[in-house]
Amino acid sequence: MIAIVDYGVGNLNSIDNGLKRLGFSSIVTEDKEEILSAKGIILPGVGAFKDAIDNLKSKGLDETIREAAEKGIPILGICLGMQLLYEKGFEDGEWDGLGLLKGDVVKFEMKDLKIPHMGWNSLKIRKNDPIVKYISEGEFVYFVHSYYAAPGDDHVVCSCEYGVDFPAIVARGNIYGIQFHPEKSGKTGLKILKAFGEMVL
Amino acid sequence: MLTKRIVPCLDVRDGRVVKGTKFKDIKEVDDPVELAKYYNEQGADELVFYDITASYEGRKLMLDVVKKTADEIFIPFTVGGGITTVDDFKEILRAGADKISINTPAVKNPKLITEAALRFGAQCVVLSIDAKKMPESGRWNVFINGGRVDTGMDAIEWAKEGVRLGAGEIVINSIDADGVKNGYDIELTSAVSSLVNVPIVASGGAGKLEDFSEVLTKGKADAALAASVFHFKEIEIPKLKGFLNEKGIPVRMEW
Repeated sequence: MIAIVDYGVGNLNSIDNGLKRLGFSSIVTEDKEEILSAKGIILPGVGAFKDAIDNLKSKGLDETIREAAEKGIPILGICLGMQLLYEKGFEDGEWDGLGLLKGDVVKFEMKDLKIPHMGWNSLKIRKNDPIVKYISEGEFVYFVHSYYAAPGDDHVVCSCEYGVDFPAIVARGNIYGIQFHPEKSGKTGLKILKAFGEMVL
Repeated sequence: MLTKRIVPCLDVRDGRVVKGTKFKDIKEVDDPVELAKYYNEQGADELVFYDITASYEGRKLMLDVVKKTADEIFIPFTVGGGITTVDDFKEILRAGADKISINTPAVKNPKLITEAALRFGAQCVVLSIDAKKMPESGRWNVFINGGRVDTGMDAIEWAKEGVRLGAGEIVINSIDADGVKNGYDIELTSAVSSLVNVPIVASGGAGKLEDFSEVLTKGKADAALAASVFHFKEIEIPKLKGFLNEKGIPVRMEW
């Protein structure tokens, strides 16, 4: 069972739908027991960093996710969910994240580029990892974000170029992060979800 | 490299896809769920779903149709029509939409843009603008209620204001070009795109392959939206993308 953490906002059904389409069992839940007994956890997210972390904290789910991380349960953060895994977010202020990955979340600052970075962009594979076993260099995935992770150590599996080279897929131990939306990235996205699903079986 | 997006639009009334000319003489085309599946397989980069009657009838979107459509596609999905409150946003996002497009309600209550952007993020707030050129002034006015009412507002100024209020994307629909298949309004699209710092989706007027290449280059659009040329298979998306690719315009060629 893969637990998709429900903390108020976001399109959770698409991830659930994608996993089920691939034959994995998944559940959208905010129940701590259910999350901690899952084989894998997905932390989704759209919206603002502060609201998201506040929502997680108000439900006590920040502690649940840290506990799951310590237990070694694979955790996959998607989009804002990935950004929350870092130490600090600089979206309209300075906010503490979950601190499961080293680094900060910062804004794209290029005058000649449109923000948000919205649309299909190609992946550069930087490191071999089971999460990318079904995809190849240059495949396109769908991004929507105005902020990106500036990692504090070397855990980038795939990067992408938008004015700067920024992390698109990251992995450190049992912690995974994907900046784009695999559930909205056609066949390529489903191949990545399949790889994660197989990892946690 | 970030690609340009090709976006089929499903105008839906009473649960069926319809397409008319200049918003009138509406004809029924097909089941939205089937069309969505077809476009997903054809390599569409995104899908837009407008409940075109919801806004002026005050009727809420048929959430089940949204959900059924969302369940069949694995590409971004934008939904518009009849969305007047932040709670409406939440319901539709929960039904499977990724972005919400607002038009008339944004004009009537601009605070909705800000409230929705703060709650769900600017990336899911799409400001859709129906613009019509005014012969006297040579500028474009914003029309609401499905193109029926002239607000007297300047379309370019409204686009800038919408972004300031928190919109993460602008759909600029030319009422003059809509349904005529004589090309997008390049002047209007380019003017908006040059003045705002969010992605611009051009809408209205697609008739042939060159219309797309023109609006994505000269028109400075980030995405091109079309309905009838796709619904009636006058232009097939794989062929369109092949054409754009040959012209050196970055598009997603594998799906």
